[in-house]
Amino acid sequence: MKVSREELLHIAKLANLNLKEEEIDTYLLHLQDILNFANIVGNAKVEGLQETIGANDNYNVFRKDEVKIFENNEGLLQNAPEKERNMFKIPKVIQ
Amino acid sequence: MDITKLTVHELQEKLSKKEISITNITKAYVENIEKHEKDVQAFITPLSKEALEKAKELEAKVESGEISGSLAGIPIGIKDNICTKGIRTTCASKMLENFISPYDATVMEKVNSENMINLGKLNMDEFAMGASTEYSYFQKTRNPWNLKSVPGGSSGGSAAAVAANMVPWALGSDTGGSIRQPASFCGVVGLKPTYGLVSRYGLVAFASSLDQIGPITKDVKDSAILLNVITGHDEKDTTSINTEKIDYTKALKNDVKGLKIGIPKEYFGEGIKPEVKQSLEKAIETYKKLGATVEEFSLDIADYALATYYIIACAEASSNLGRFDGIRYGYRTENYTNLKDIYRNSRSEGFGAEVKRRIILGTYVLSSGYYDAYYKKAQQVRTLVKKEFDKAFEKYDVLLTPTSPTVAFELGTRSNNPLEMYLADICTVSVNIAGLPGISIPCGVDSNGMPIGMQLIGNKFKEETILNAAYTYEQETKFRENYEPTFKGGAC
Amino acid sequence: MSKEDYEIVIGLEVHAELSTKTKIFCSCPTEFGAEPNTHTCPVCMAMPGALPVLNEKVVEYAVKAGLATNCTISRESKNDRKNYFYPDLPKSYQISQFDKPLCTNGKIDIEEDGNVKTIGITRIHIEEDAGKLNHNEFGSGSLVDLNRAGVPLIEIVSEPDMRSSKDAENYLRKIKSILEYIEVSDCKMQEGSLRADVNVSVRKKGAKEFGTRTEMKNMNSFRSIVRAIDYEAERQIEVLEEGGKIDQETLRWDDVSGRTFSMRDKEDAQDYRYFPEPDLVAIRLSEEYIENIRKNLPELPESRKKRYLEEYNLTEKEAKMLTASKYMSNLFEQALKICGNAKAVANWLLSDISRILNEKELEPDQIPFTAEELAKMIMLIEKGTISSAIGKKVLEELFENPKDPEKIIEEKGWIQISDEGAIKEVVMKILQNNPQSIADFKAGKDRALGFLVGQAMKETKGKANPKMLNEMFLAELNK
Repeated sequence: MKVSREELLHIAKLANLNLKEEEIDTYLLHLQDILNFANIVGNAKVEGLQETIGANDNYNVFRKDEVKIFENNEGLLQNAPEKERNMFKIPKVIQ
Repeated sequence: MDITKLTVHELQEKLSKKEISITNITKAYVENIEKHEKDVQAFITPLSKEALEKAKELEAKVESGEISGSLAGIPIGIKDNICTKGIRTTCASKMLENFISPYDATVMEKVNSENMINLGKLNMDEFAMGASTEYSYFQKTRNPWNLKSVPGGSSGGSAAAVAANMVPWALGSDTGGSIRQPASFCGVVGLKPTYGLVSRYGLVAFASSLDQIGPITKDVKDSAILLNVITGHDEKDTTSINTEKIDYTKALKNDVKGLKIGIPKEYFGEGIKPEVKQSLEKAIETYKKLGATVEEFSLDIADYALATYYIIACAEASSNLGRFDGIRYGYRTENYTNLKDIYRNSRSEGFGAEVKRRIILGTYVLSSGYYDAYYKKAQQVRTLVKKEFDKAFEKYDVLLTPTSPTVAFELGTRSNNPLEMYLADICTVSVNIAGLPGISIPCGVDSNGMPIGMQLIGNKFKEETILNAAYTYEQETKFRENYEPTFKGGAC
Repeated sequence: MSKEDYEIVIGLEVHAELSTKTKIFCSCPTEFGAEPNTHTCPVCMAMPGALPVLNEKVVEYAVKAGLATNCTISRESKNDRKNYFYPDLPKSYQISQFDKPLCTNGKIDIEEDGNVKTIGITRIHIEEDAGKLNHNEFGSGSLVDLNRAGVPLIEIVSEPDMRSSKDAENYLRKIKSILEYIEVSDCKMQEGSLRADVNVSVRKKGAKEFGTRTEMKNMNSFRSIVRAIDYEAERQIEVLEEGGKIDQETLRWDDVSGRTFSMRDKEDAQDYRYFPEPDLVAIRLSEEYIENIRKNLPELPESRKKRYLEEYNLTEKEAKMLTASKYMSNLFEQALKICGNAKAVANWLLSDISRILNEKELEPDQIPFTAEELAKMIMLIEKGTISSAIGKKVLEELFENPKDPEKIIEEKGWIQISDEGAIKEVVMKILQNNPQSIADFKAGKDRALGFLVGQAMKETKGKANPKMLNEMFLAELNK
């Protein structure tokens, strides 16, 4: 599949990444290269095979509905770039 | 006697005979770090001062009988994607340059409860994406066998630190070969456990369905000892397996008579360096001599597995790395007026090129219109890969392959071409795709004196089998007695 | 063409917060109203390396909801990631369910003027709630509070089977009532624990194809939903009548202006990139597990209604209205247990109390007084301590300032005069002042008695026992 410049920019937007003008061609080339290689999965004989979900056969692993308070609440906020009244501060978001 | 040349089980013996003390050990390592770190650059956050204090404290506690345990006072190095409470965990990224984890990873809780001493956080490729540790935001780690060469990656700091005797052993993580390949490049032992054997809680996720933490050690027995420490069911990780704990040191029988070894011929085909192939062939002869039966067979999934690996790993990574958004922790751009700026600029400035490349690939394969062709297909191929391995393990106990088609390459010689770099992971990734255990042990050196690694792959939860096979080979060939890193190549 | 030529088509996605003690993927409490970010941990704050573990109650509650709405429960289910960036979503993905929801293919009946209509339920899945953005009115920024992040939700997706805002209201009331009955959600709309995304489209009557739909997200009052649907349907019809076309988009309903607004900006190029959540393992439910939940399902509104008809001799309408809200219905049963008068409790709940709720735009669960207080008031009337006229005043007071009704009447001086001497005094005084009424009565005009009693009530400010007044006037007049 051929990746267009517009597609690459759309993908970058979804991933919240800026691509500098001079980077775009390199990213495009590398992405195309890797996808060309990845296309090989299309040749694998997988008819009738289930998709693997998760790397092992665990299932029904649940937690009891019991409250445990995390003891280091302070530590959860100590890395915040900006905070106010114990909340993370960001530029005003209009909903 | 150079304490730092001893394995951990040798240290334990000398400690119990009181030939050395806990502070002797840590001091010796701290001195060795001072000596070699400027050349090797394995540490992102060295903790020498803290380690020395801790050693004193532990020594007093052991003497007073307050604590006991055969690992009390044994130092360790930790890959910098394993969360350590109160100590920064950077993932070798600008994004987390100043990040202090509010909690300890489950493996750290286990290490701490054994009263081991953390000598520092070790370098890696940024977010474990890479195979040379050249993608660290901080520094490029050198291979102690030749300082002009890479140590491999992504756990390059861990492998180099063990090889350079700057730590007696270390924890690494392996998503597609990130423990085994650097172990191979640095002439040490690296084990990737079965998926689910070691808790991932607190390992900063690269690809959730592939990541496993494992030991990087000087020899196989140490690998078994450290595996004993880090395994065990964890309620905080639903993919963690709830089985009885095994003492892996008991599996080391020094006997492979009757062991059935399969040689998947596809892993010895084109692309493999002749000296690597010769070395592996010699190892095969050794196994035959030791009484194992060896048979070549076809495991025709290598290319599929590699493509599948990059699709799944990048897809999961693109989602796992979404949380680095400059809001709650991590790098925030200075250049913003609105929320969109915070997202885009923080992520664009905070992530390195390789990480962004993989996020873009991962976002692409999950995006509408391509999901079925890439991600869904890859998940089906994953089932196929598992089935092929299942078939192989009906016939064989262990599969033997090179760990990497090459020895450690020179810095800066490969990173310009991502695809070529990805292709070098061909020997290791299928093990992660199938969730199997794999161990890399040194099996010789090439004409330039660079170590060559042999990979032994076992069936699920058959760590005992591959540990014994590796141990038996190691006892026979005594790599560590014949070779050691030379730190040649000088400071660059 | 006119409005009558169009048919409105409505589908609802109802989000209900489950009333578990802890969040869906971590052990943090779900309680409402805590200090910002104090109900958080590495998991719900999406710290690097933290992993989710599914709360078993969430699965149980979702299955309960599925069984109560006649769904098929999936034996095999899984969680998926829905990827998008927003500051209230700390992982930048929401763990939800995509192609294997826990429940599918359900239905419930709604009723309007005796006509029963079946609304299909496409699916019910589990997911996590987002955090909250506080918009600082004076400050420069927004503040992120993640206490709510990870609170468990079920999303109940209906088929586009509703044809009017009334249908939508009835459907939502029914869903709310069912969830309350099976005790999986407290459905407090004012706290946002029950909210709905409303999909509206219109088409010419008789048309087979659906029209293009618009979606209004996060609606949390019945009144807004009804108004928004009516507005939006009319807007769409107007656009079509003028030859325009409807854009498929997300709209924001503004309650103040009574209009919908386009939110195009937020939507641009949304692609959620769903994929199976690799940090969680498959959910496999056994037949026994499902049957066990089915067996222990609490009484649903339908069967409670039937029971009321049989046990309490209520009318169909009364029983239906009482059981529509579990809160109302429980209040009925509790008050009944204390005072023993089903008809009286039902009357008070369905007439005066319902009227006040309507006036104040409150839901039954916002009734401020207890069943005991209601029962006591009824008993005071029965005993003759107060008249039912005073009872109404007591009720008003219970809404304003709930406390023991006996205290209320004491403080307000509303105790009924039942003292024979006191009553006689009033009767004699009224008779003295109204000779004409006595003459009228003797001439056969029975109305005169009513007038006299009324005057006596006026004199006593409504406190005289009306039965005693009646008897005493009769006795005096017949002397």
